[in-house]
Amino acid sequence: MKSRAGLPALLGALLLAVSAVAVAVDVEPLPTPELQQRFDELTHEFRCMQCQNQSIADSAVGLAADLRRDVREQVIAGKTDDEIRESMVARYGNVILFRPPFEKSTAWVWVLPVLLLLVGVYVAFRVVRQRAGMVAGDDSVVDQDEIKS
Amino acid sequence: MTRFIVPAAVFIALAGVLYVGVVHSPNKSTMQSALLGKTVPAFNLPVLGSPGMNLTNTQLAGRPWVLNVWGTWCVACREEHEQLLAISKQNALPLVGLNWKDEDDAAMDWLKQLGNPYSVVAVDRDGRAAINFGVYGAPETFFIDADGRVQYRHVGPMTPEVWEREFLSRIPRGALP
Amino acid sequence: MIPELGHFALILALVLSGAQAFFGIFGAARNDARWQAVVRPAVAGQFVLVSTSIGALVYAFVSFDFSVLYVASNSNSALPTFYRVAALWGAHEGSLLLWAWILASWTLAVAIASRNLPPSFASRVMGVLGLVSFGFLLFTVATSNPFERIIPAPADGRDLNPVLQDPALAIHPPMLYFGYVGFAVAFAFACAAMLEGKLDQVWARWTRPWTTIAWAFLSVGIALGSWWAYYELGWGGYWFWDPVENASFMPWLVGTALIHSLAATEKRGVFKSWTLLLAILAFSLSLLGTFLVRSGVLTSVHSFAADPTRGLFILGFLVIVVGGALALYAWRAPMLKSPAGFEPTAREAFLLYNNILLVAAAALVFVGTLAPLIADATGMAPISVGSPYYDVMFPLPMLPLFVLVSVGIHASWKRGQLGNSRRRIFAGLAIATLLGLTMVYVAYGPGKWLTPFGVVIGIWIIVSSLFDPIDRLRRRLTLSRAIIGMTVAHIGLGVCVLAISTVESYTMERDAAIAPGETLAFGRYAYRFDSIGEIEGPNYDGLRAEVTVLRDGAPVAVLHPERRNYWVQRSTLTEAGIASRWNTDMFVAVREHLGGNRWSVRVQMRPLIDWVWLAAGLMALGGVLAATDRRYRSQAAKEAVTAPGSAAAT
Repeated sequence: MKSRAGLPALLGALLLAVSAVAVAVDVEPLPTPELQQRFDELTHEFRCMQCQNQSIADSAVGLAADLRRDVREQVIAGKTDDEIRESMVARYGNVILFRPPFEKSTAWVWVLPVLLLLVGVYVAFRVVRQRAGMVAGDDSVVDQDEIKS
Repeated sequence: MTRFIVPAAVFIALAGVLYVGVVHSPNKSTMQSALLGKTVPAFNLPVLGSPGMNLTNTQLAGRPWVLNVWGTWCVACREEHEQLLAISKQNALPLVGLNWKDEDDAAMDWLKQLGNPYSVVAVDRDGRAAINFGVYGAPETFFIDADGRVQYRHVGPMTPEVWEREFLSRIPRGALP
Repeated sequence: MIPELGHFALILALVLSGAQAFFGIFGAARNDARWQAVVRPAVAGQFVLVSTSIGALVYAFVSFDFSVLYVASNSNSALPTFYRVAALWGAHEGSLLLWAWILASWTLAVAIASRNLPPSFASRVMGVLGLVSFGFLLFTVATSNPFERIIPAPADGRDLNPVLQDPALAIHPPMLYFGYVGFAVAFAFACAAMLEGKLDQVWARWTRPWTTIAWAFLSVGIALGSWWAYYELGWGGYWFWDPVENASFMPWLVGTALIHSLAATEKRGVFKSWTLLLAILAFSLSLLGTFLVRSGVLTSVHSFAADPTRGLFILGFLVIVVGGALALYAWRAPMLKSPAGFEPTAREAFLLYNNILLVAAAALVFVGTLAPLIADATGMAPISVGSPYYDVMFPLPMLPLFVLVSVGIHASWKRGQLGNSRRRIFAGLAIATLLGLTMVYVAYGPGKWLTPFGVVIGIWIIVSSLFDPIDRLRRRLTLSRAIIGMTVAHIGLGVCVLAISTVESYTMERDAAIAPGETLAFGRYAYRFDSIGEIEGPNYDGLRAEVTVLRDGAPVAVLHPERRNYWVQRSTLTEAGIASRWNTDMFVAVREHLGGNRWSVRVQMRPLIDWVWLAAGLMALGGVLAATDRRYRSQAAKEAVTAPGSAAAT
């Protein structure tokens, strides 16, 4: 029964995937600070498809460098953030986005937690109202000073 | 009773999802291509071993063909190489290689030593073409139909089962040479 | 020989845990004193056997016994001793054994401390723990035997994953497991109460310290993981919303809700069924975490090897344990109504709001973590969720929670009487606003739009926590450990909020290409890349750079980032160079050689980042202080053997 921690496999994959080409290009700054900032933000939004949970900004893998270069070229070419995101999704699918889009097929992941929170607030409201009504009939003496915790 | 129904329902739904997740998990590491049904991305790449010659997607239009992304640095590509040689002998579909982020010399040596299953090999030295295909790891193999649309992508070494089930089956009757 | 002994001991432990479960639960059901008398010896025996087993595995590691497959896979002749021991939990099989040992330890502790509890109740608690032990030991013995031999034995091992060869990461799993597994104790207490058909304030008082200590361990475990990721993974981040991180964070959130809910149940007898449900939920999430890491259903930087068989086994175990508990809950919940009333501004109410928000936060993390799985299993469009999602969503329940802490901490039981605390509340807010806005606009400069809120809210929590203790000191009242603990923990929370708001708003980061002699400027700071040279360690070689940090031109720190190549696994790791000051970290990591003498580096300034982990430490300390309050320990003498009734405040 073989057992490997996932990380050696990941690192092994890195070794396999790293190309001989140096990643010199993308560590040079972009022409303007605004473009640089857009680049930095965008590259944090895209998943490195070869890694297990890193953005292309953080990953050392060759594919991430290629994708960063792609983003860089699109930013310099004047594409908008949305256009760049769309180009990524067109080639890699929604899974390349760390922030799920708010479309019909994916909106549930945004809506569900909010719904659950609202349900919780409603439950709290009901419970508190019920308990408030019970105060009159509750003649227990509560010692406040003892352990206020 | 109501106090119980909600936790129970959530629990059962969850157990179901997790069960499906586990059962699916061996297949999960490969993702469906985002290009399915879409036109093959345009490319214009040098041909390995033929300086001055280029391969473009338009040259391949009109009949179904297969793209295999590989590199000499890729261990799994080495594993599937025998299978690709066997497939190429069948002559069922043109097998186009995409040499991904590699060195020409190394690639040519590799093919010379191990055999060349490809009708032609395009060289993607810097990876720009591959990312247009949504490639995220080698080897990957694509089926492109006669209309130039991507119909299937297999991630990982090619196997006879996958070749028959997903590639041969997509050849329209009468298109075999 | 020794590994076989370890294996044998494990099998015996399995049998004994079965006996512990059987006699514990049925001995109490049948009111059979003789059956119940078997339980504590079984617990002790199980502890000895599992200790023997884990000792055998440690011995195999320390003595370089590569004939044991697990040792060969995770160790190496060049591996330093400390890591040879830590390698025990470096992969799946060994970490399961560690889980089982920690569970046996907790159970032993319960066995010793429960001598003053009603016997049938104590039997049930140990019986339920026995069931959990049985499940884990069965899983280990049946599918994940760490003592499997490999014949012929390889000449040398494959080495411990280099990422794990680090002191913080060596302790991180045991801390986490002490936390996760500790929630099994709360779970067992809950099941025992349900089996007894009786749940009162005394039960809450028994359950609280166990839960709080488990929670404290979990806090430390999570913090260690975060700290390690920061200096080891070379990206300078400290939280990635990685599925396995989330798997430990969810039980922590629910555990926090649980310790607060227990407070209300102990004091006023309210929220009984809700507390039960939380206890079940906290442990379920611990089990879920175990499942997620080992089953391959989610990709993560952390996961152990994917193996569907194992995944199915744990899932089955999860279903049985949680399903069984929920069935018990359905049976008993109707009997748990309490007559206590309280007003919307009462302390109980604030604890309820706390709970709702924490559970909503846990649900959020749950949805995000499992979203890809849910989408895939139900045939919906594929989806992926990462930090950007949580960055938007997580503040939604949490910010209101943090505000409510500062207000609710003054509330009285039953009647709230917040009017009496109006001055404290507004004074606290005023001080926090003054300090916070000074910090944001004078000291640091504008950050994100949320920054002033986060900073002020964090300071407000700290200030609010101090009113009551200071007031008590002034009135010369004693400060019980429970109050000190609560104060320290809440201050920890405030520090955490303040620190996270700061580091998320004011971090400066740059990736750049640099050669020796060059300098990167960063506001008042500059990073001068002085030199880079070769180094060698016990099982690695690599490069070490020297980077001097200058502030206003004067050197303030020298950093030594490294890149290590571990020989056996042939992987390269980055060790960041970090200098910590009281108010900031200076961070540099060498990422890649760009050819010639140029290197790709990541440089960061991380203000207040160490305070994040300090805060976790404070919370854990507060928990331990509160859990060791005298009223838990002196009950031994005062406790009647038969469970007392519910009503009066203790």
